[in-house]
Amino acid sequence: MVLTPGASAPALPELGSVPWRERTDARWLARYGRWWRVSTALYTAPLAVGSVAMVAFEPITLPVALATAAHAWMIPELYAFRGASVVRPKSLRNEAAEPVAQGLLGDLLEHDARELQRETGLVLEPGELGTWLVGESGALLIAPGARRVHCFCVRVPDPELPPSDRIAHLLLALRTDEEGFATVANHAFCGAPWRVRRRLPKPMRPALDAARRQAR
Amino acid sequence: MARLIRMDGTGHSTLAEWTTQDDAAFEAAVQEFRGQLELGYIGTVPEGPGNASQVRELPREADLVILRRPIAGG
Repeated sequence: MVLTPGASAPALPELGSVPWRERTDARWLARYGRWWRVSTALYTAPLAVGSVAMVAFEPITLPVALATAAHAWMIPELYAFRGASVVRPKSLRNEAAEPVAQGLLGDLLEHDARELQRETGLVLEPGELGTWLVGESGALLIAPGARRVHCFCVRVPDPELPPSDRIAHLLLALRTDEEGFATVANHAFCGAPWRVRRRLPKPMRPALDAARRQAR
Repeated sequence: MARLIRMDGTGHSTLAEWTTQDDAAFEAAVQEFRGQLELGYIGTVPEGPGNASQVRELPREADLVILRRPIAGG
């Protein structure tokens, strides 16, 4: 198909709503991933070291040390929960229109991706930045090498849309301008895929497994 | 037959259909497309797996043009 010259635009128009944001490219994601790793170490290491030190210096503080160690474990888990939540199905749904929307979404997908979406609710979409999993109100980006997953919160502010239409909105925006899509979306979490996988609803986990295999 | 569809609360609605030979139908589709842009919709042409283009004018040669709402960070 040949489009009329000048009639198409390469960048998402939604970028106009976030002019202050630096464009999210592969370097930005790598830098942000390092920042997440450092900040995780900064808030967990003192708690972990402190709990060991308490027991070493005064064994009677064991209960407090255990509570402190639990905090060191729980805080990253809570962040991972927040990350996984971006692709959880949301409560407001237009089930009556869903079959029609599902048909349109299916037309946008290849056979394997369509089957995976029907089983898991997530669309697997290969991109330049990595492998994406697109849900109703967010997306996961598995970085090349599959050692890190970025969680993005992004949605269509129209409460009447059925779930598959929400996914189709996000998918079309992603396909139009991948870096622009990542720029408009809010970054919710970056970390190891196993942390996010544990917090995903069970039916969605095969989609993350497939995306990790593709990203390796 | 090319189609202009809008994703909405019904799943999707077909707003216009045209062929490259039918000038009147295409002109009606262009008017419909412009009206939807004024309402805040964004025109997108799916171009196979992994690719899509945003369009500001209705491309006569496209098979399918989808109107979507703007997305936003959640």
